[in-house]
Amino acid sequence: MIRKFINTYLLTELLRGMALTWKVLFTPKVTLRYPEEKTPLSPRFRALHALRRYPNGEERCIGCKLCEAVCPALAITIDAHEREDGTRRTTRYDIDLTKCIFCGFCEEACPVDAIVETSIHEYHGEERGDLFYTKEMLLAIGDKYEPIIAKNRELDHKYR
Amino acid sequence: MDTLQHLLGNYLGYGVWHMLCAVAVVVPLTIFVAYLTFAERKILAYMHARLGANRVGPKGLLQPFADLFKFVFKELLTPYKISKGVFYSSPLIILACALLVWAVIPFNAELVFAHVNASLLYVVAISSLGIYGIILAGWSGNSKYSFLGGVRATAQMISYELAMGFALVGVLMVSGSLNLKEIVDNQAVGMLGGSVLSWNWLPLFPFFLVYLISGVAETNRAPFDVCEGESEIVAGFFVEYSGTSFALFMLAEYVNMVTISAMASLMFLGGWLSPFPASWSIVGVAGFHWLLLKVCILLFGFIWYRATFPRYRYDQIMRLGWKVFLPITLVWIFVLGLWMVSPLTIWK
Repeated sequence: MIRKFINTYLLTELLRGMALTWKVLFTPKVTLRYPEEKTPLSPRFRALHALRRYPNGEERCIGCKLCEAVCPALAITIDAHEREDGTRRTTRYDIDLTKCIFCGFCEEACPVDAIVETSIHEYHGEERGDLFYTKEMLLAIGDKYEPIIAKNRELDHKYR
Repeated sequence: MDTLQHLLGNYLGYGVWHMLCAVAVVVPLTIFVAYLTFAERKILAYMHARLGANRVGPKGLLQPFADLFKFVFKELLTPYKISKGVFYSSPLIILACALLVWAVIPFNAELVFAHVNASLLYVVAISSLGIYGIILAGWSGNSKYSFLGGVRATAQMISYELAMGFALVGVLMVSGSLNLKEIVDNQAVGMLGGSVLSWNWLPLFPFFLVYLISGVAETNRAPFDVCEGESEIVAGFFVEYSGTSFALFMLAEYVNMVTISAMASLMFLGGWLSPFPASWSIVGVAGFHWLLLKVCILLFGFIWYRATFPRYRYDQIMRLGWKVFLPITLVWIFVLGLWMVSPLTIWK
């Protein structure tokens, strides 16, 4: 009772709180100055999609449509036909990134590691339709970032 | 002033001179307030272990101006079916009352805009008038939310004005003057003459505490900012305002903060007096810089409370005002009176 009275009138709890904020005032700050500083990304980071090729230049995708089937957001559209050499290839492979929820199921479903999600998360579209990625665009991303993609697969392969 | 009267004639010269004086008070005050908002953002951020605004200009120093221009370029929304005159004049009333107080606040022993003998009374009266602006702002928005916010803010400010007024009565009793300059001068004399200990904050410590806390409540600052409550409701009585008129409310709020701090420094912390004895060459010299330093320390306190304390519940605010502060001040006025007539008095 007396202790409660003293605590109330000497504002001890308030002073303790203020001591805490005073201490935090001098702690190192956690702010990340974004464009200049970036957080490290996990090799599993799921962002922009890419279609990969084999080292000999042949595209990996065999048009099995497993990714299209597994896609929960219905973001993938595939048309496939038989090429002159008798292999099955896609004629159309579109991902609508405005629909995509970046769940990574397409990547998991793919039997040949053709469709992958890269760690490139700094992309944008300026007009409607800019985020509708066609097969050519996805292959181009795959060609451009193949070293990074391959490295990330390599780092993560033992957990798969 | 004489030159101006010579150039422009007796009355015009007089008017222009005082206009210039007013500008000389208000413009630095506004810039100070602008940087007070910046300091608030920075200190709050640092107390949250963040960095805060650091993009506009070197170290973010131009941020207040970016904020200002954002406000100016925003659309001035007019709610449906309002009385426009009241709606647009109420921010002006609030700001005018906040700035008018600065007419009598002395900056050092000589420098003051108006030598008013009952300047303390003037300060209390004018800052009470600001409440009308809040009532009108809350009512004229033609919105039940702003109306309720206005009622709440008004009730809160009126309640705490009482406690504040009584805290100032204690100062009046020991200094025997309503003149702010004399109140400060009286703190330099007395039994403990001239040192930090003779300033009013120590002998009148309960009043000082009540004044500080009521000051925070009076300016509707955290932890008493239920009427703004940015995390629960939007902005109480000024919810219908946008753009420049909103900026005026913010400006008035921060000017009021500076006013409360300046008043607390003058009343309790010896105003422009130096905390060191006069014999200590440079640091012992009384002057404006000491007042500024004290005001800055008190303002830092305002921000510090905001970073620390969770918001009071509305009925707790009222309870604190009426059932705690008012009795404390009343009892202490009585005790102080006994002390002053007793042989133990230190004010002779």
